[in-house]
Amino acid sequence: MNAALELGLLYGIMALGVYLTFRILNFPDLTVDGSFTTGAAVAASLIINGVPAPLATLAGAAAGAVAGLVTGVLYTKGRIDGLLAGILTMIALWSINLRIMGKSNLPLLREDTLMTPLRDAGLLGGAWSILIFAVAALIIKFAIDWFLSTDLGLSIQATGNNEQMIRSLGVNTHRTTILTLAISNGLVALCGALIAQYQGFADVSMGIGLILVGLASVIVGQAVFGRRNIFLASLAVIGGAVIYRLVIFFALGAGLNPNDMKLISALLVVAALLLPRWGILKRIPSLRQMRSNAAGSASYSKAN
Amino acid sequence: MLLIENITKTFFPGTVNERVALNNVSLQLNTGDFVTVIGSNGAGKSTLLNMISGKLPIDSGDLSIDGSSVKRMPDYARAAYVGRVFQDPMAGTAPDLSIEQNLALALRRGQRRGLSWGVTHKRRAFFREELLSLELGLENRLKARVGLLSGGQRQALSLLMASFTQPRILLLDEHTAALDPQRAELVTTLTESIVAKHNLTTLMVTHNMEQALRLGNRLVMMHEGQIILDVDAKRKATMTVPDLLAEFAKIKGASLDDRALLG
Repeated sequence: MNAALELGLLYGIMALGVYLTFRILNFPDLTVDGSFTTGAAVAASLIINGVPAPLATLAGAAAGAVAGLVTGVLYTKGRIDGLLAGILTMIALWSINLRIMGKSNLPLLREDTLMTPLRDAGLLGGAWSILIFAVAALIIKFAIDWFLSTDLGLSIQATGNNEQMIRSLGVNTHRTTILTLAISNGLVALCGALIAQYQGFADVSMGIGLILVGLASVIVGQAVFGRRNIFLASLAVIGGAVIYRLVIFFALGAGLNPNDMKLISALLVVAALLLPRWGILKRIPSLRQMRSNAAGSASYSKAN
Repeated sequence: MLLIENITKTFFPGTVNERVALNNVSLQLNTGDFVTVIGSNGAGKSTLLNMISGKLPIDSGDLSIDGSSVKRMPDYARAAYVGRVFQDPMAGTAPDLSIEQNLALALRRGQRRGLSWGVTHKRRAFFREELLSLELGLENRLKARVGLLSGGQRQALSLLMASFTQPRILLLDEHTAALDPQRAELVTTLTESIVAKHNLTTLMVTHNMEQALRLGNRLVMMHEGQIILDVDAKRKATMTVPDLLAEFAKIKGASLDDRALLG
């Protein structure tokens, strides 16, 4: 249970990245599956090669940002459909991640990682580590809240909301799109780097299906906690990531096969998207808002 | 101020759908000119605005603002000089952002956007004052989502956002056409007062002849991609809608005769 909370808070950082693209930019970015592993791979190989863990973690995040940048350039300058641009980067990253790691799995068990002090102090799995992870996730959440209310951040919000309008006010939307994708994937890769250190290894397949975890966190979190403003919306995303981990925890506890978890994740997202359109659920206000959003993203993908 | 020289634009060139939208159009606007543009559907009015704003590239000809060519400048860069209100009331504002956030975005037109707060106390006071001039009560709803506003309110806000930084040129693209008569009247009145207040050089496309005569100091009529009539302030002041219709019929008839002769 404590481990599920810890994981949920760590994955909250990834969910915040997905929130930036999926909700703010209105862009379904699949790069996430690759860039998560890239962050883990870069951090793990650097740590094994003696680089201090904080530096290695930042390098992992930076590598993810570069991956986001590539997707952004493909989408804007290359005019490749957003979904396809993300898939292209994601697939290419598979090979790149293997190159970075040299093999498909890098154990970190005897290395000095960011988690080593926590583990040595016996804090992992307890209230203190949950608190530390919560503070870390909240710092990033507040940084995003602040960033989105700056002049630059507002122009990013407008890029996802009404591109024609913000161009007519003098914003190069190619630049804002690329920047957002870079920040988003930087956060996802940061999460990957942290998860690798938390679980004690980086694996080339650790990012598979991660976009669904991110989407589930964003959608479920905002259905439960609402999304009236940025402050609540980003908080809800972290809450969603924790809820998701708890759901998985209880599902496994109930005897479900771990191999079925991806199927369950997909069903959870489908349910979260469809349920608000049906019957009595329509009357729940926070769900009603989501329904219009589900419809919105449907028409969005059609328009593309 | 704005100088348009021999601009030509052809859509779908070399196909069966080829259509000349602008045919060798030249137009000069002096500082403070308020020109209304009328013409039938497909006359090239909107294409002309799209050329000026940079939304569509120009085939040939030149376009300069304050003496320097902006022909190769992308639309977002040209936005530093050109403010625009679209026909669709939904097009000029970001619905999920608040009124004050939308205004903060408009305030930075053509300027670098950095990491300082978008909405400050100082800016908020300025927004409140500007919104007061709309007389719609929006100054008390700064934090309301723009998506909650009516079409007329959104269009009035768009007008404010396009104009309050005093761009070199203000483009109005049938910006009252999608509103009910009462709201259209409101936005028309606002347009008149805002343009006068900042002495903005304005180009307004409209379908409404009465509006075209009432606003501005100059009137231009377009037909089949060309400017066929350019009425100065003096003549415009005495002109009526029937005069305008008669003029249109005369010129249209003449151009048809020309074609018949050539054919």
